[in-house]
Amino acid sequence: MKPMLRLEGLKKSFGGLRVTDDVTFEIQPHEIAAIIGPNGAGKTTLFNQITGNLAPDAGQVFLQGEAIGGLTPQAIVKKGIGRAFQIASIFPDETVLDNVRIACMSKLNQTRHLWHPAEQFEAATKEALRILRSLGLEQQADRMAFELAHGDQKLLDIGIALVLEPRLLLLDEPTAGMSPEERQLTRKLIKQLWDQYQLTLVFIEHDMDMVFGIADRIMVLNHGALIADGTPDQIRANKDVITAYLGEEA
Amino acid sequence: MFSSSKYKFGLLWSIGFVVFALVPVLMTSRYQMNLASHILIWGLFAVSFNMLWGVTGMLSFGQALYFGIGAYSIGLFVTHAGKGWYLAAIPIGLVVATGLSFLIGLLVIRVSGVYFTMLTLAFAQLAWQITFKWYNFTGGDDGIQGIIAPGILADKMVYYYVILVVVFLSVWFLKRLAYSPFGLILRCIQQNPNRVRFIGRSVKMNQLRIYVISSFFAALAGTLMAGVDNSIHTDMLYWTTSGEVILMSVLGGINQFFGPFIGAVILILLEDIIGAKTEYWPIFLGTIIMVFVIALPRGVVGELRHIKHRLKGTDEPGGRHETHAAA
Amino acid sequence: MDVYFIVTQLISGFTMATLLFLVASGLTLIFGVGNIFNFAHGSFYMIGAYFGYQLVSVWKVNFWIALVAAGAGAGVVGMAAEYLFLRRIYGRAQEGGFQILLTYCLILIFDDLVKLVWGTEYKSISKPAGFEGALHWGEIAIPTYNFAIIFIGLVVVLAAWWILSRTRAGRIARASAVDREMLGSLGVNVPLTLTVVFGLATALGGMTGALAAPLRSVTPGAGIEVIIDSLIVVVLGGMGNFWGAWMGAMLLGEVNAFAVAFVPEWATLFSYLVMVVTLIFKPEGLFAPTRLRKA
Repeated sequence: MKPMLRLEGLKKSFGGLRVTDDVTFEIQPHEIAAIIGPNGAGKTTLFNQITGNLAPDAGQVFLQGEAIGGLTPQAIVKKGIGRAFQIASIFPDETVLDNVRIACMSKLNQTRHLWHPAEQFEAATKEALRILRSLGLEQQADRMAFELAHGDQKLLDIGIALVLEPRLLLLDEPTAGMSPEERQLTRKLIKQLWDQYQLTLVFIEHDMDMVFGIADRIMVLNHGALIADGTPDQIRANKDVITAYLGEEA
Repeated sequence: MFSSSKYKFGLLWSIGFVVFALVPVLMTSRYQMNLASHILIWGLFAVSFNMLWGVTGMLSFGQALYFGIGAYSIGLFVTHAGKGWYLAAIPIGLVVATGLSFLIGLLVIRVSGVYFTMLTLAFAQLAWQITFKWYNFTGGDDGIQGIIAPGILADKMVYYYVILVVVFLSVWFLKRLAYSPFGLILRCIQQNPNRVRFIGRSVKMNQLRIYVISSFFAALAGTLMAGVDNSIHTDMLYWTTSGEVILMSVLGGINQFFGPFIGAVILILLEDIIGAKTEYWPIFLGTIIMVFVIALPRGVVGELRHIKHRLKGTDEPGGRHETHAAA
Repeated sequence: MDVYFIVTQLISGFTMATLLFLVASGLTLIFGVGNIFNFAHGSFYMIGAYFGYQLVSVWKVNFWIALVAAGAGAGVVGMAAEYLFLRRIYGRAQEGGFQILLTYCLILIFDDLVKLVWGTEYKSISKPAGFEGALHWGEIAIPTYNFAIIFIGLVVVLAAWWILSRTRAGRIARASAVDREMLGSLGVNVPLTLTVVFGLATALGGMTGALAAPLRSVTPGAGIEVIIDSLIVVVLGGMGNFWGAWMGAMLLGEVNAFAVAFVPEWATLFSYLVMVVTLIFKPEGLFAPTRLRKA
């Protein structure tokens, strides 16, 4: 069985600063993997290279065996990678429903239609409502996205990503800025979505409850390099990891 | 984002049509009908422009280029090929304008922000220069006079109703577009282009599409204009013409679909009233727009709507100006 | 075509280039330091020309004093415009569009104001005493005033170089595309800096207007031509790039001088083409290192 995601020798430098230092790892289908590390370790930059926002200086990214380096974000999204961002990437001046609906219409290739109002597209609307339901956002469907609470905006971000039926979903700090109760709910929700949509999940997190709670695999990044890669127990016992985090509130 | 109260739209829409349709009946002088013609044409031009700016976030300072192509297509054909070519010149002009907008569009979408604005300005000025200097072919600064529509269209009243119908159909089409999935994706491109890519859509291709569509209607407005005053001038290609539709949109409200149309109405009427009393109209215009830019950024329509929501205490569909500057 | 011809064109081009640089440098300076695109920059040039006319031709003030005073006057107007108007739209969403709009309104207002005060006929300023003649070399005669312009240009260039590389203010200015919050965190009084820089840039523009006035007449339409030319220079050199503006001005000035000599009708067309090509293929400026393109 081919790995869902494989990074091979990924390298990236900005000026003299090496932000991604020869990163290699594999993630199997339906795994839940967490990427952790101190701030500035290069986690989001890694995501950017996977999704085509940034071109690596060297190395390759494989999605189920297929090399996807050099493709644009649009193309990569169509290949089956979805992404939610550190700062919720939504459309603030549209309704919550429209935020998801536009993604549905994109999937159904309906975005070139210029005559009938968007509301009349039934299939897209039904699916958008379904996704909002699974996120618990259905009640707020008609509110403007900018009015949503921060945590809900992050959920909306995930919802938009889910529309395109990704095989691989990348979440960048999904619980950032949430209260402990919200974190718990989100943790459960994400696990539920993972099961419901049969996803392979990779997420960046600082919330260790979430990391050790649902991840099968944990990868630790520091100064751009992968310093540890293993099961939660292995990582807990790993001296390098502990050193890297000394002084950091986990 | 545009409040979609269908019942209200239909009502206002019909009222508007009736008002304009009654002008030739109720007018006390031909001048008023001429003014109304100008309002209709500029209204279409401004609304088509705002599809680029208010909807998609592309501030083009060069739509006069296509407006001018529409007008000069008729002018040049009538001058060099004969009066019989008036009607044929219209589709030819539209095809040329649309084709050119596709080519130029491919180039201008490569840049964004101030660079985009400046590049559109540069292309339009280039065309203006060529038209201005090529005296033998275009008449240069003299413009072209004596452009008379053929047959029954030569009658001003008939021509007025033709303008009315064309403008209303065009604006109707653009309104449908604004509320369609395509319109939604354009607004999304303005709010968060990265996210648009991440739902699998090409930002640039959609920008190109609306650029071409907007330019088509600018050219259409230009073809209508040629027959109104029976003359055209290189000023139609000058950057101040591009500026007019920008000012009209700001005045009316760039975040409201009909804002630019209302802006056109107000601007043309104001210019008519104030221009009759003083030759220093630009000072008034500049001051008025500055007041709007600084204090009333939502434009006339937007501010009225804001007041309405405030009085009712209802939730207002998000306006960009009061929320946030970042993503 | 001979040596004399080439020399004449070179010097004439150099003179034009100097004037171009003096105006364009202000435009690029404001953009680089304050991220403000002053579409009305040409209007300050025009205001300076009119101030110069008033001082020299009407009040018979000494030319060189008038030059500085005209520049200062334009600078004051500029600072007032920034303080009263531009400042109100800082930090807004879509600020770039509103900047262009606001400054466009300033163009409309200033253009008409000068007509109101001075009328619409072309005005003129005579060349300063001692510079009315020309230097003769073989068959060619080069107006001595051109040398005055070039000299002033060099003085400004040297002063600018000194300020930019030797002073703290200059170092801040050099960090191009710095956003205002970053400036603030460097301990800089941002609002004051923006007003001062805006004033300096418009003063420079105004002084150039007065400086160029003896060569061209003083007209209300001058502002528009100037802004387009300045724009081309700034695009060539890279927006915010001070030295790029110098190189862009040199390039445009010389190319224009020779183009005018050979194909006078279409010389300006050529300038537009250059701008279009640059914006398409190297929008960061001909002389800038290619920035990493975002995906």
